[in-house]
Amino acid sequence: MKEIMMGNEAVARGAWEGGLHVATAYPGTPSSEILESLSHYPEIYSEWCTNEKVALEVATGVSFAGGRALVAMKHVGLNVAADPLFSLSYIGATGGIVIVTCDDPSMHSSQNEQDNRHYAISAKIPLLEPSDSEEARIFTKLALKMSEDFDTPVLLRLTTRISHTRSVVNLGEREAVPVKGYKKDFKKRVILPVNARKLHSKVEERTKKLKEFANNFEWNRIEEESSKVGIVTDSISYQYVKEVFPEASVLKLSMPWPFPDKLVRRFASSVDRLLCIEENDPFIESQIRQLSIPVVGKDKVPMVLELNPTRVAKSFGKEFGYPVSVDIKDLPPRPPALCPGCPHTGFFYIASKLKLIVTGDIGCYTLGALPPLNAIDTCVEMGASIGNAYGIQLALTKLGDENLKKKVVAVIGDSTFFHSGITGLINTYYNHGFGTVVILDNYSTAMTGHQGHPGVGKTLMGTPGRKVELTSLIKGIGIQNVYTVNAYDLDKIKEALKREIERDDLSVVIIRSPCALIEDFEKKPYYHVDENKCTSCSLCLKLGCPAISMGDNYAIIDKYLCTGCSLCSQVCPFEAIVQKEEK
Amino acid sequence: MKIVSIVVCGVGGQGILTASDIVAKIALRGGYDVKKSEVHGMSQRGGSVISAIRYGDKVYSPLVTEGMADYILSFEKLEALRNLPRLKNHGVVISNDYKVNPASVLSGELEYPEDIEERIINAGVELELIPGIELAHKTGNIKTVNTILLGALAKRLSFQKENWIRAIYERVPKETHNSNKKAFELGYNFKGED
Ligand SMILES: Cc1ncc(C[n+]2csc(CCOP(=O)(O)OP(=O)(O)O)c2C)c(N)n1
Repeated sequence: MKEIMMGNEAVARGAWEGGLHVATAYPGTPSSEILESLSHYPEIYSEWCTNEKVALEVATGVSFAGGRALVAMKHVGLNVAADPLFSLSYIGATGGIVIVTCDDPSMHSSQNEQDNRHYAISAKIPLLEPSDSEEARIFTKLALKMSEDFDTPVLLRLTTRISHTRSVVNLGEREAVPVKGYKKDFKKRVILPVNARKLHSKVEERTKKLKEFANNFEWNRIEEESSKVGIVTDSISYQYVKEVFPEASVLKLSMPWPFPDKLVRRFASSVDRLLCIEENDPFIESQIRQLSIPVVGKDKVPMVLELNPTRVAKSFGKEFGYPVSVDIKDLPPRPPALCPGCPHTGFFYIASKLKLIVTGDIGCYTLGALPPLNAIDTCVEMGASIGNAYGIQLALTKLGDENLKKKVVAVIGDSTFFHSGITGLINTYYNHGFGTVVILDNYSTAMTGHQGHPGVGKTLMGTPGRKVELTSLIKGIGIQNVYTVNAYDLDKIKEALKREIERDDLSVVIIRSPCALIEDFEKKPYYHVDENKCTSCSLCLKLGCPAISMGDNYAIIDKYLCTGCSLCSQVCPFEAIVQKEEK
Repeated sequence: MKIVSIVVCGVGGQGILTASDIVAKIALRGGYDVKKSEVHGMSQRGGSVISAIRYGDKVYSPLVTEGMADYILSFEKLEALRNLPRLKNHGVVISNDYKVNPASVLSGELEYPEDIEERIINAGVELELIPGIELAHKTGNIKTVNTILLGALAKRLSFQKENWIRAIYERVPKETHNSNKKAFELGYNFKGED
């Protein structure tokens, strides 16, 4: 049977067909739908973990006991999980274990465009790269088996365009694979130096075997056309190459590491000119160069941002498509913004008024850095805000600028706090740091599609989980000053912040209300502007609410967008914004 | 068969992904190879959203970039113009006659372009503007704008009307089947006012 599936759904399908037992992940665009899809297969147990490192550790345990496991994450998630990954490479796989990384060339929803193919080389594990959904299904299944056959974790790499493209998939049956069971194996699983030294030799042997495998792998495929030009390519770039250069011979690498050297040599010698077309880094190209084969690649193909048919054609001066002539450079951009009624808005409005130095973190709330709020000073990676704030304070202490030091506030979302903020908070507490940490608790991992997390207490499989209560957790660390404020009460937020930044101690302010896009959010009657009272002062626009705009003589609230959150009426000095009575 | 490429675009939250899913499903049922690209995540928070569907005997690129689209189906006028470079020089733009101001316009910093229609027509392509909201009112269900636009697209493609209606029924609540059928017909039969 044929079905149209997203790459991520196809990974789930392939995993199911391949007899998967357990799947773990922390959400992150573009990877999140893998676990969401897996949770619909009753034979597989799936869960959201607190972060990617934990997810890989749980999956490793499953493999120890002979179960098949899959871990999914976005590209930067693998940085968090890198520590267990490198050990796991030495330890190998009892039950098959597949790590799915979803890279994000062009940074559609990410802070960098790191190319995770490099992890395959540095962790010394095989790399598989599908170029559409059908291959995503097949390769996931293959990867589970390959993992057991070669005693290695396998890295399956998708990119946004593979993860989020829907294409046709042929559905297969589930293979019944029993859990092998647990057997103690000191030499394999305790990587003390005495064992690790031997394991490293085994890894090098394994790489040689895998290289032979890659040289003969049916999905590393030569598609012979003209012998004038040969193109080596992988992943989504393969599709663009086929689109733009139908006349060229192509070597499609579905398993580019360990590098299939013999195959590449054979292909190179069959064509007059060799090109390498790949996204981001010259991963394949460098390995071709190591074989001393002349190749044209990144001197023509851009390294920055994702490829597409137009960019591939332009790199080689080829005409492509039938473009219209139109100039659109002057159009107003439409960047994402905090939603109408977003519970994050109030804090940022106040932070901006109090001119705080706000170290930010990653989530919807990072949008508080954009105009008109302009309320975030820094954003590095998940969990960074608390350590960053403390570090700024250390430097300002050295400088002796006590006044500025007080203005430093860290802001972090609830999901991010559980992911990796808590370790930073413990560090500040332990080292006698002070300052204010604001947790924006919207009962959700909103940015990536409203997944649950330990503070929500709902599990991925839909059963009630156990909820970790933020206040008692933080008080348990030893921090005395923990306060909770309603996210829509501007006066209370201001009062709490002013009081806490003056305090000579560490404090945590939890600003709480459900995300405006989830069920728990209570929509209220909309607000409207009293035309006689409005003076067009524009103060309400400073909230950056998408429902408010300035008309010719007074502000206008879009009643379909307004959620009745009341922030604008609190901000208006003329009492011109009033709630519509419920009829 | 040559490949047909359609760009569906608009503003995050307008239901672009559902609409493009319906088109992809119909193409699959028509026996074609189909690919559909979409954006998730950050841009869904009120940003520009684009999805592309391509179908034919064998589809390679899921992306539709400069000069590749046969049709642009836009749920918002500014987004129709923003995506115009993706259109072939003999392509067609079908756009909802509807404005959503971006933040920079709401705050008064930039202006919403007033010459969108002119600029599209001056590019030498066909423009069909659909008064989506006005027509939706006629169906008694204001949420049928997207179905109206799909109707306007359907008229130009080769798939049977019944297949469209079936695919739409699969994606909308049962109690709205009637209003959606009406909406589809309104879009399909829309003629403009000249
Ligand atoms: C290491 C890592 N994993 C995952 C992500 C993807 N991601 C971005 S923000 C975010 C969580 C946001 O949740 P929360 O902190 O609750 O903020 P909200 O979006 O709800 O405001 C996630 C998972 C990431 N950027 N980095």
